[in-house]
Amino acid sequence: MDWQAFALTLKLAAITTAILLCLAIPLAAWLALGRSRWRILAEALTGLPLVLPPTVLGFYLLVLLGPRTGFGRALAAVLGHPLAFSFAGLVVGSVIYSLPFAVQPIVAGFAATDSSLIDAARMLGAGPIRLVRTVLIPLAGRSLLTAAILSFLHTMGEFGVVLMLGGDIPGATRTLSLVLFNQVEDFDYIAANRTAALLLVFCVMALVVVYARPRNLASGSASERRGGRNG
Amino acid sequence: MVDLRLKAQQGAFRLEIQCALTAPWTVVFGPSGAGKSTLLRLIAGLDRPDSGRIAIHGEYVTDTEIGLNRPPGRRSTGLVAQQSALFPHLSVSANVGYGLALFSYAARQQRVSAMLELVGGEGLADRSPRALSGGEAQRVSLARALAPMPRLLLLDEPLSALDADARDQVLTRLQAWLREENIQAILVTHDAADALATEAEVALLHEGKLAALGPASEVLAMERKRLLARLGSS
Repeated sequence: MDWQAFALTLKLAAITTAILLCLAIPLAAWLALGRSRWRILAEALTGLPLVLPPTVLGFYLLVLLGPRTGFGRALAAVLGHPLAFSFAGLVVGSVIYSLPFAVQPIVAGFAATDSSLIDAARMLGAGPIRLVRTVLIPLAGRSLLTAAILSFLHTMGEFGVVLMLGGDIPGATRTLSLVLFNQVEDFDYIAANRTAALLLVFCVMALVVVYARPRNLASGSASERRGGRNG
Repeated sequence: MVDLRLKAQQGAFRLEIQCALTAPWTVVFGPSGAGKSTLLRLIAGLDRPDSGRIAIHGEYVTDTEIGLNRPPGRRSTGLVAQQSALFPHLSVSANVGYGLALFSYAARQQRVSAMLELVGGEGLADRSPRALSGGEAQRVSLARALAPMPRLLLLDEPLSALDADARDQVLTRLQAWLREENIQAILVTHDAADALATEAEVALLHEGKLAALGPASEVLAMERKRLLARLGSS
């Protein structure tokens, strides 16, 4: 078992998930509650990684972050090294690649919040940030947990983007998916089986957490509606 | 005083109102679908009119001509709807104190207690909204809207879950307190008894238009005459 690759994969997934939650919560709030006509375009762009071949995304990121573009050269000048073929570049690619897996569950959770609760918070002076912090996030706990787990798992299993953007550098960009690919290429099926089984067990356990989530993490809207009808 | 000149289209329904509501207690009366709740939402700033303007106590809060539309929380307006809409993850006390974010802890607790007492909700402070009856939830919702001391209180059939005696009791206390604090109130109802029970100015809405505005006895007499005339002609 390549434990270095395992640790790197977990680190990549954890950092990507943390960044994604920070980005996805405000973006999801805007998509779920905003009235801008740009929302549809933003929603389409956010969902693009779901249908775009990962190699296409990896290729464009490789070009954008590499020395062929002004942006890539400027970034390299600031950081002291190019983002392509580095762990930081892998994080950027992973964040973009897993964005819909974070945004869509949170949008669904926010959109399911009882609109009368949102109206009440706005009437009582809550601006967008307070509304998200004090009403939407607490009531969409289940969606946030789902978003975090799906983002984590999706990042753990990514292959195309990692290969295109990160190469296969041990300790820097070699993740478990690449290790598995290398093991199969070398006809080392016993090692490949161990790596695949580890990924499989990890994913199953995480999904069990998603589906066995406690009921009290559910959106409060339904319970509020039930409570409001009591005599 | 609330000065309105509004046009709003929602699907096939069209609301077109021009009036000044000057009485301390105004009852907006009309059948279901007359546009009563829509009117309150426009005044509250939760919806935008297609055109027109709204002034609350002489200050414009909506003016479509210059693109002015103050957010609901910056109109010094409270809204209590039929659905209590209490935040289910917060205690009753935190619900009532939600609009008092700038208050110190002690001042907030004091105001919360005073408001719960006003609506007859003493002893509910530590309860969860999930553990409240419909009537209790409506009392707490009323206390929450009153806590920031708005200049204007909008009530959309707010005590429908209470029995008649309890509702009269709360309304009497509320009216006296609003008078004392100089807070104007607009109550929406489709129940003629509610409109006649209070010494109120009545705005009669019919199919999105203001059919009459004046003292309850006069406006409802006109309505009775109109109904009788319709019966006579059929």
